[in-house]
Amino acid sequence: MTAPAGTNGRPARTSRPLAGTGALLRLALRRDRIMTPVWVLALSATLISGVGSIQALYGTAAERADLVRSLASDGSLRAMIGPVFDDSLGALVAWRLGGFAAIGAAVMSLVIVVRHTREEEETGRQELLSSAMVGRRAPLTAALLAALAADAALALIIALGLAGPTGSATGALALGLAIGLVGLLFACLAAVTAQLTESARQAKGLAAAALGAAYALRAAGDSSADDGSAVPTWLSPLGWAANVRPYAHERWWVLLLLTAAVLAQGAAAYALAGRRDVGMSFLPARPGPAEGRIATAAALAWRLQRGAVLGWAAAFLAAGIALGSMAGGVADLVGENEGTREIFERMGGQSELTDAFLAAMTGLFGMVAALFTAASVLRLHGEETSQRAEPVLAGAVGRLGWAAGHLLIAFGGSAAILLCAGLGLALGHGADFGPVMGAVLLQIPAVWLLGGVTTALWGALPKAATASWAVVGLCLAIGWIGPALNLPETVLELSPFGHLPKLPGGTMEWEPVLILSALTAALLTAGLLALRRRDLRV
Amino acid sequence: MTKAIKAISVAGLHKSFGRTHALDGLDLTVEAGEVHGFLGPNGAGKSTAIRILLGLLRADSGAARLLGGDPWHDAVELHRRVAYVPGDVTLWRNLSGGEVIDLYGRLRGGLDKARRARLIERFELDPAKKGHAYSKGNRQKVALVAAFASDVDLLILDEPTSGLDPLMEGVFQSCVTEERARGRTVLLSSHILSEVETLCDRVSIIRQGRTVETGSLAELRHLTRTSVAAELAAPPNGLARLPGVHDVDVQGTRVALQVDTDGLDAVLRALTESGVRSLTCTPPTLEELFLRHYTAPATAAEATAR
Repeated sequence: MTAPAGTNGRPARTSRPLAGTGALLRLALRRDRIMTPVWVLALSATLISGVGSIQALYGTAAERADLVRSLASDGSLRAMIGPVFDDSLGALVAWRLGGFAAIGAAVMSLVIVVRHTREEEETGRQELLSSAMVGRRAPLTAALLAALAADAALALIIALGLAGPTGSATGALALGLAIGLVGLLFACLAAVTAQLTESARQAKGLAAAALGAAYALRAAGDSSADDGSAVPTWLSPLGWAANVRPYAHERWWVLLLLTAAVLAQGAAAYALAGRRDVGMSFLPARPGPAEGRIATAAALAWRLQRGAVLGWAAAFLAAGIALGSMAGGVADLVGENEGTREIFERMGGQSELTDAFLAAMTGLFGMVAALFTAASVLRLHGEETSQRAEPVLAGAVGRLGWAAGHLLIAFGGSAAILLCAGLGLALGHGADFGPVMGAVLLQIPAVWLLGGVTTALWGALPKAATASWAVVGLCLAIGWIGPALNLPETVLELSPFGHLPKLPGGTMEWEPVLILSALTAALLTAGLLALRRRDLRV
Repeated sequence: MTKAIKAISVAGLHKSFGRTHALDGLDLTVEAGEVHGFLGPNGAGKSTAIRILLGLLRADSGAARLLGGDPWHDAVELHRRVAYVPGDVTLWRNLSGGEVIDLYGRLRGGLDKARRARLIERFELDPAKKGHAYSKGNRQKVALVAAFASDVDLLILDEPTSGLDPLMEGVFQSCVTEERARGRTVLLSSHILSEVETLCDRVSIIRQGRTVETGSLAELRHLTRTSVAAELAAPPNGLARLPGVHDVDVQGTRVALQVDTDGLDAVLRALTESGVRSLTCTPPTLEELFLRHYTAPATAAEATAR
């Protein structure tokens, strides 16, 4: 590939900060030729196929109106998913799957941007590229354009794909645009975090933390208001996307708000990008000790992962306190509503409602903890492929001992962060300490099973190790959107979380716990046995 | 370590990655206490062989012994006595160089604190910098200091000086010389011929996964050609028909030719028959030696075995 628009040997009159953007964009699209289409198609297919599921469940207007009435009073479901604005088929699809797709678009976009900016600098590849005719802001522009292409494609496919089945092209367009703009907003946010940190991992982590905060704000707001009007909801871009109200008298001006936020974030990223050295950041690292105390592979693993463990623990504790303090409010809110009080009394009373909310939240924590576990196990994969494992294993360190150090953190760490979440929930709720902790601990076997799957994949099929993300993502998708779509039990039980009893409130069953634990042990054993026999990937 | 046990002995080693045959019957013997040069063009299989010796890869077939043990099964025990420096050192971005040196030392047989301090001084390394702040050469120094300061019997160095400046290259060479004086064994994979010539007792040259030559440098020189230029009293005759003579160029009474070491005696006799006015004999340079092995066709093994 050649840089476009050469100067024929004459020195350029300006610094041409965007020179080479075209070539870099082609490089980015070429590198993402599988990843991006898979993201876009998976997200749009989830939305479009959701129409069929909702139609099958709630075919008549009366059934849909019933659903919306019962939803209006369910604060816990609103916190998880968001408010519903109308009882049309399209509005239900937008409510049930729109938020999920928006988060998916955000994750896709932040991964794309960090991949083509900070990751290139961290690996040193950017240095070589920048030595050619590449302007100072070209890499950032190319990365943002790659994300824009992905988000635009997603918005377009959603708009076209939903227009027919839902019978409203306007609603489909509003939903597509809202999802695409949320994606683009997080692309620009990742462009900023990529300037702030020196490692791609930290840049992605910061952007993902912002996404988590956006979700928590929206959840907090929506738990207290059923029309998306609460202040916390309006502080969150995910809340704005919902407040576009696709299929429910679309509020187009909210899209302008999203666009303005995109432009502001983008401008911030550009301002930062032009002001720093290649490879450097605004949060520079400090010098370290001249002598080290790390003596074993396990100590090294802890040193490498402790930041992540402590960060997750703090985030889980904070989120637990925030969500726990909402649990009582959910019941109070319903208690004030005469019409819905009756429904919930039939369902089992006020305490049942609080339990249902707490059970939904512990399930959510479990699924998110699986992300930590997978990432932590895959540190082994990262160490191996970056050749940092090679000199360690050339020391007097067995492969099992080396792997055990990281696995201990992946498995022990997930239990620890879940305990933090439980502690936070119980503290925030101010009651039910025992049942809440029990419910949180119950998530551990399911989380560990996914850790076992990741370990087995990495150990036996190291080239496919990152496919564990697909497995974890699938389980998250099933657990998140499955129950309300009334997916068949066999589908729900594809996810280990589908086998767990719903606590607090439900009855404890030991059988799934034992089966999941046995499966985990088998997967771990298989992975480690394969690791002992295979070549290191060097 | 008793001198009777070879530090490294490899015979008929094969290793394939899919359809690529990285090693195709490699032989390598390193005596205890010697500095052994391990040479070959890029992609010849040097690093693959080293990784098999370190138990990181598993050989498809053939025998490999490291310090008398099996490099795959006894990996952990053997690694207490081995220090390894890869050609491309990758560090953890948030660990300082000093932390990494101490970690590697502890993961081996231990580290000599005084030697560590001296080496850091000699290599002019700042051990407080974080991993991502080091240049390529400084990352190599981190691994080299860790290796030389470790209490081990065998050093396996895979192109260890890539990125070092000439001054540091000198420090490296004196370190290796000291290691040999202390009775340690060194396997040195390198492309820097002066380094090999200065340091190595014996060398093995590999090509396409096979050993094409092993021996001391003197022995290897023996296998190459000497350039002869002479001015004679009368035009020579029959020079080109002598065995081992190549590229004969006769201009009246001036002669220039190349001759295999075995044919040198006969050539000199033929020259003196015509009466020698002046004579220059240039011994083969190491570069010529290696270039011949690096660029020779696959039959080089047979050709040089004559």
